[in-house]
Amino acid sequence: MMRLLLTVLLLTLANAAQAHKPSDSYLILKVEGDTVQGQWDIALRDLDFAIGLDGNGNGEITWGELRARQQAIAAYALPRLKILTQGKLCPTHATVHQVDKHSDGAYAVLRFVAECAQPLTTLELNYMLLFDVDPQHKGLLRLENKGTTTTAIFSPDKADQLFNLSEITLLRQFLDYAKEGVWHIWIGFDHILFLLSLLLPAVLYRSKKHWEAVSSFRPAIIDVLKIVTAFTLAHSITLTLATLGVVTLPTRLVESAIAASVVLSALNNIFPMFEGRRWMVAFAFGLIHGFGFASVLADLGLPQNALLLALVGFNLGVEGGQLAIVSAFLPLAYYLRGTVFYRRAVLFAGSILIMLLASVWLVERVFSLKLLVF
Amino acid sequence: MRVSMQFFVSPILAICLFFATTIYAAPYTPSTDAEVLEHLPFKASDPTTRELRRLREELSVNPLDLGKAITLSQRYYQLALADGDPRFIGYAQAALSPWWEQSEPPVAVRVQRATLRQYNHDFDRALIDLKSAVQQAPRNGTAWSLLAAIHMVQAEYDVARQDCEMLQGLASRLIVIACIATVDSLNGKAGQAYDTLQKAYVSSSALTPQEILWVVTRLAEISDRLGRISDADMYFQRALKLNIPDSYLLAVYAEYLLDENRNAEVIALLKDKERSDVLLIRLALAEKALNTPKAAEHEAVIKARFDAARMRGDKLHIQDESRFYLYFLNNPKEALRLAQENWLSQHEPSDARMLLEAALAAKDKAAAQPALDWLKQSSIEDRHLQRLVKLAQELKS
Repeated sequence: MMRLLLTVLLLTLANAAQAHKPSDSYLILKVEGDTVQGQWDIALRDLDFAIGLDGNGNGEITWGELRARQQAIAAYALPRLKILTQGKLCPTHATVHQVDKHSDGAYAVLRFVAECAQPLTTLELNYMLLFDVDPQHKGLLRLENKGTTTTAIFSPDKADQLFNLSEITLLRQFLDYAKEGVWHIWIGFDHILFLLSLLLPAVLYRSKKHWEAVSSFRPAIIDVLKIVTAFTLAHSITLTLATLGVVTLPTRLVESAIAASVVLSALNNIFPMFEGRRWMVAFAFGLIHGFGFASVLADLGLPQNALLLALVGFNLGVEGGQLAIVSAFLPLAYYLRGTVFYRRAVLFAGSILIMLLASVWLVERVFSLKLLVF
Repeated sequence: MRVSMQFFVSPILAICLFFATTIYAAPYTPSTDAEVLEHLPFKASDPTTRELRRLREELSVNPLDLGKAITLSQRYYQLALADGDPRFIGYAQAALSPWWEQSEPPVAVRVQRATLRQYNHDFDRALIDLKSAVQQAPRNGTAWSLLAAIHMVQAEYDVARQDCEMLQGLASRLIVIACIATVDSLNGKAGQAYDTLQKAYVSSSALTPQEILWVVTRLAEISDRLGRISDADMYFQRALKLNIPDSYLLAVYAEYLLDENRNAEVIALLKDKERSDVLLIRLALAEKALNTPKAAEHEAVIKARFDAARMRGDKLHIQDESRFYLYFLNNPKEALRLAQENWLSQHEPSDARMLLEAALAAKDKAAAQPALDWLKQSSIEDRHLQRLVKLAQELKS
């Protein structure tokens, strides 16, 4: 009693709790079709406590001693991890035994395969390793499925966990297509230049055949919103129609028309033709740009089970990328609007450059030539 | 000081990285059967191993044998104290598994359950068990001593003192005096507490080595706080000479040596204690100060262990983690966040010190305020804290 009293007092006053890393196992599961490939790292300390590894009892575990117990390790560990799909158990068998060093010592590495009788749409895991002898043990899971990685922690009160594999895939697909959308607008110079050409005069207005700076932010942002909304609406319509196969247009025609739209919108900044109605230009040509987006999306390959998801993801990605460009452009343009530099170098010279570049594209695309390196 | 790039990334990214690198390093097949992979804490022939195996076997025949279950649980708990391996806490809990989830278990289970829970810093649930245990069994000395200990950690000094007084007649005179002196030493009466404890220690006869270790460690700590550096050293030496494995003693002595800039001695003291997180960080601090070849390697190991603890959702290392961010990663902001989180549940001198050091490094006077208020209220005497308080007060708010 006295001894315990002492130790109890000593410890709590000490506050040196938990000086070591606690017992964890590291479990990696990779879903491949109807099978699950597993790698399970279990601390030698834990295995020794559970089933005994130190054959000669000298306090050291050698590779030889571990090798002699490999079958026993598999027989102990594998039944304590139940892998099920749709309520049916997937039998497991050990394949390779190795060793790994973690931050707190050596671990047995047990590789195994679980064969399921049906495709894995869900994964139900029941983890019971060591919980009976060490309730503080935890199993750290990394689950890999079609490029998606999920992590989870098993503990005695969280021994059963369900993973919905198709859900993981859907979210992943959505994000993938959104990323492609952002990427496409980012590398799609023709879309950016079309939009920029239309936006450049937004911080100015025409007075007696001259450009004047707008006096407040309001008219500038209204103009920008009108153009961006019209462009978004238009290309969303044709992107959807084309993707669903309702309307199709030849690629060459679409690409040429896109190049022409860039020429036209830049030309408009030098010889204004659509004053105050640039949003209509944005809408009309936005319809064409939508077909361009659709062909990119088609090239990415469309999942038939998640067509709408891919479409929405891609489109949102395009809008996100576009929004980023606009929000970088607008404050800068507004800041510079009163300068000669903006009117001469940016609006005038910039539009001429855009026009020249787009004219080359137009020729290239109409005649299927390759004149520029990009 | 070489620091790998990995250490500069954000904690979340670090977890991902760690999954990609550290934990799942690279499985390999050893080339010879003779390769030694792991050293166990005990040999099979060790008397402790045999005794525990016998107890476990007996308990497995009748898992509901309360007496045997408590004995086995206590034995494992003592092992956890000796070298700080939390696996033993898990084994100790397993022995109690028939009762662990019960809301009204027998008093003995309540006390042992509280003992294990306070080890994991689950003070709230430990207090519930202990309060109901002393209601049912007012003469349970273990329960009162645990209550005193937890109340001390939570800086509830008046309550802790009352808990100590309840030990009268349940524990030896020296233990009661030591309990009260420990409370007083944190509460503005350190000099007096030291004298009382020192006198009681000298006049006590037939002390067990365990008792000597405990009292001498207390005396060393109080001396250090009071700035009686050579006394502290003398008591630490006496405690070490007892040759009782005790991770707490090593940790506080290493702390003392680090403060005194005696880094080489820290390395000599802790060089084969790398298994223990608490000791490893102190070893690494000394190695960093002396720029030894092992420093970078140990730093990487500590980082990996903190990441692993985060992954499993442990929050037991926060004070040391804060220290790691401050002194190894040079990230005062994250260090301060961790020190503040730690301060929410723990109010011991070392917790206050960490909060002050982190707040000073982050030049954040407001963040230091809770520790300053607490120090004023408890009127604790501690030369390290007093130095930091001065610096904190000089900070511009």
